[in-house]
Amino acid sequence: MASASSSLLTKMPTPSNTTISFSASLSPALPLFPSQFYLRRHRRTGNALRVQSKIREIFMPALSSTMTEGKIVSWIKSEGDLLSKGESVVVVESDKADMDVETFYDGILAAIVVPEGESAPVGAPIGLLAETEDEIAEAKAKAASAGGSAPAPAAATPAVSPSPPVPAPAASAPPPPLPADGPRKTVATPFAKKLAKQHKVDISKVVGTGPFGRVTPGDIEAAAGIVPTKPKVAAPAVAAQPAPIAAAAPPKAASAPSTPALPGSTVVPFTTMQAAVSKNMLESLSVPSFRVGYPIATDALDALYEKVKPKGVTMTALLAKAAAMALAQHPVVNASCKDGRSFTYNDNINIAVAVAINGGLITPVLQDADKLDLYLLSQKWKELVEKARAKQLQPNEYNSGTFTLSNLGMFGVDRFDAILPPGQGAIMAVGASKPTVVADKDGFFSVKNKMLVNVTADHRIVYGADLAAFLKTFSKIIENPESLTM
Amino acid sequence: MQASLSLSVSNPAAIPRSGHGFESSLPFPSKPVNLRFCGLRREALGFSSTSSSISAYRSNRNAARSKKVWASLGSDNGSSSSAPKSFDYDLIIIGAGVGGHGAALHAVEKGLKTAIVEGDVVGGTCVNRGCVPSKALLAVSGRMRELQNEHHLKALGLQVSAASYDRQGVADHANNLATKIRSNLTNSMKALGVDILTGFGTVLGPQKVKVGKDTVVTAKDIIIATGSVPFVPKGIEVDGKTVITSDHALKLESVPDWIAIVGSGYIGLEFSDVYTALGSEVTFVEALDQLMPGFDPEIGKLAQRVLINPRKIDYHTGVFATKITPAKDGKPVTIELIDAKTKEPKETLEVDAALIATGRAPFTNGLGLENINVATQRGFIPVDDRMRVIDSNGDRVPHLFCIGDANGKMMLAHAASAQGISVVEQLTGRDHVLNHLSIPAACFTHPEISMVGLTEPQAREKAELEGFEVAVAKTSFKANTKALAENEGEGLAKLIYRPDNGEILGVHIFGLHAADLIHEASNAIALGTRIQDLKLAVHAHPTLSEVLDELFKSAKVSF
Repeated sequence: MASASSSLLTKMPTPSNTTISFSASLSPALPLFPSQFYLRRHRRTGNALRVQSKIREIFMPALSSTMTEGKIVSWIKSEGDLLSKGESVVVVESDKADMDVETFYDGILAAIVVPEGESAPVGAPIGLLAETEDEIAEAKAKAASAGGSAPAPAAATPAVSPSPPVPAPAASAPPPPLPADGPRKTVATPFAKKLAKQHKVDISKVVGTGPFGRVTPGDIEAAAGIVPTKPKVAAPAVAAQPAPIAAAAPPKAASAPSTPALPGSTVVPFTTMQAAVSKNMLESLSVPSFRVGYPIATDALDALYEKVKPKGVTMTALLAKAAAMALAQHPVVNASCKDGRSFTYNDNINIAVAVAINGGLITPVLQDADKLDLYLLSQKWKELVEKARAKQLQPNEYNSGTFTLSNLGMFGVDRFDAILPPGQGAIMAVGASKPTVVADKDGFFSVKNKMLVNVTADHRIVYGADLAAFLKTFSKIIENPESLTM
Repeated sequence: MQASLSLSVSNPAAIPRSGHGFESSLPFPSKPVNLRFCGLRREALGFSSTSSSISAYRSNRNAARSKKVWASLGSDNGSSSSAPKSFDYDLIIIGAGVGGHGAALHAVEKGLKTAIVEGDVVGGTCVNRGCVPSKALLAVSGRMRELQNEHHLKALGLQVSAASYDRQGVADHANNLATKIRSNLTNSMKALGVDILTGFGTVLGPQKVKVGKDTVVTAKDIIIATGSVPFVPKGIEVDGKTVITSDHALKLESVPDWIAIVGSGYIGLEFSDVYTALGSEVTFVEALDQLMPGFDPEIGKLAQRVLINPRKIDYHTGVFATKITPAKDGKPVTIELIDAKTKEPKETLEVDAALIATGRAPFTNGLGLENINVATQRGFIPVDDRMRVIDSNGDRVPHLFCIGDANGKMMLAHAASAQGISVVEQLTGRDHVLNHLSIPAACFTHPEISMVGLTEPQAREKAELEGFEVAVAKTSFKANTKALAENEGEGLAKLIYRPDNGEILGVHIFGLHAADLIHEASNAIALGTRIQDLKLAVHAHPTLSEVLDELFKSAKVSF
């Protein structure tokens, strides 16, 4: 990582950018090496600074054409240091190399916005440079309240950072260089400070329980609400979830604790419904699920749909009915595994159907879908959706499902797979029906509408062959949909 | 290869520091000249090696080359020399550390009657309070690190339940190792017939040493090798329990929860490795603006990212510790910091313990240097490039040499030993100037850091002064099969060289077993081997040494 930097260095004739730092050491006896001073050359890096009133923002520079964000390896200067043009201020790690970033202006490093070890997107402010000492306070205030007092003249700044969490590290981590830290004092151990930075805990607000009232790593963990278990493990899995319905919210779910918020991000707490989704999704991780896909020709179904549509029948009802009829022949797919030791066969076939409603996701249930006829089912579904929009669903109307249906076909999604909801044995993900060239058994080509259906199931109770058989039945029903109307 | 060569050899100024420079100024190979001369004329060198003694060199080289002849001459000489009086010894060495030991062994090999004076224990700092016991602690910390690194173990397919340690057991290991090495050292000297004189050595006058209270011994030549002690800046109160130096720390009497280490040189760095592996948290206090001064900046930066940032370590740079008060009356250790530049008070740290690792101070008090008109410089004994002691008038003190930490040229055990050997070479008729740039140094952290020669900034500065070009080549441990097999791909080797002639200016390694890998480079520098020749050398596969192989091969020499 460090390697790319100094090959650059050899090519850069930058006589004016040379600083010599003398190591006048504390100990006169120290020298490990005879010659004690060294020379540091700086390379030029892109335009790291931009004018903005008298307080300039130091931006994350683009160090390579592919760099989208950079990590602050170290701040060479600390807050309060005098900077002169051409001096290195900060070391940034890009996707390719470590580079020193130098300032193009004289001034005082007033505030560090992005502390060491954290990342910022290219163009985001990482520090503030004040022209005179008088402006330090202003700059600090600016760093602290970030977006709040967005300076009018520079409204065109690309990366505004309205992030309240940012001031915390600036205020807590290294004691500010202002001489004002006399009486107020929080002693925290090195690891405690590291954890605090990592978990964005304001050390000054933590009560130390260590010796001499010192803040220990344990105190920080307690303050950050970290318990010995590892909630982190869940985060990546949730982030990758293909929510049963294309609701924008779920993927953002519980990824918060592990990754530090980037400057410029906003934190919005979950609504109750979103919290419930999040909880259910996490629970699903304890179930060993697997997936089986099946292509199904829908020409017959489409023809039927055209016929029954005027009578108020929806595609959802058709699919739910077909699934229910198939489930009746394959009870194991309608079963569930409650305790990890047994099958629970359900007497009723209740088809839950995932629906996106503003910012959330709910699964109204079509109870006894195998027994009701298409028209009743369609009517029932209409009622349920209205109730769901009005948030009037009764618990048994959304949590009594034995099998779930999720259809993203109307959005043009051709295939996806769904996460198994707790308490159910299987969930079906239906993609869009699309014209496809198929060869029949005599070798004749024709164009048929086909859709991809993907079922996720709990492998403790539903095995591959079960699911395959169920899907075969389901496809037969879809391909010969007359039975649906009976 | 004729006698004429002695002309330039005898002129110290003409001897460049590195071997190949030598080559360019003299019409024969880079090997230091193998000059010997008859016992009768021997003292001529001792007094001076200026051109007045040139005739002394003009002896029959063939005769002198025979070791047997020389040895017999030498031992005869010891007792019945042509000098005005007889001496008890050919050589007395004051200080039985690694430097004195190395000199003594070599002196015996060269046929000198040798005595070594020791006021404390044989082995000196290195064996008793330095390199040796610290390696024992670092061996423990290295294993602890491995056992605690779940991720690493898992990648190797290993499962280990929680690792823990017994502090006393670790301390005993360090102590036992020191004892063992000390007895090895003592035995090796005794077996060879070196007289070990116990007592504090004082120089009474030229060629005269007092040992202890009233024993006076004479010797034709004297080597001072009294070493150094931990340097404690003023204002720091060392109580040996909560404010300690490396002397105390190596006994590992406690493992504090939080220890401040004042000084982030290699001593501080090694201790931070030990303490963090044993569960302590560490705060570095460094007077300079960045940690690890003295290391090549690039290596330092990488080392910081591996050895400091991910560990339970924080640091304050650019600050002096002006006052350190040991823990007492229920109060923690306090460390008052001031800004190194503005001298303004910065803050006060409260920690459980403080280790003072601010370097080492020469141990030269009470040596009787005033008897021979030698004034120390900040405690160091001034010497020329042949370790000959210089008095306060700037003249050489005859028959008196100083090696090791006491002269401050390069405060490393093996440097002291090399200097001692170099002195003995001179005493026995072979002029020798040690090339300090060929002396490797190592820091035994996990992974290790090692270096030889110049750092990149030093090399560039030299290049600018002398008008040559400098190039840098680098290889990563990530590309090395053996390192990857060990799952230790983190590391970098860096070569600083002259592309015009293939001379190695410096090599710096950070990575697995770096300390063992450096010698290929240091030997090359010492022998003046060029990169174009090293490129052809063969390395066993798969070994870590291929990191250097790659490094040399990646250098672009226009030769």
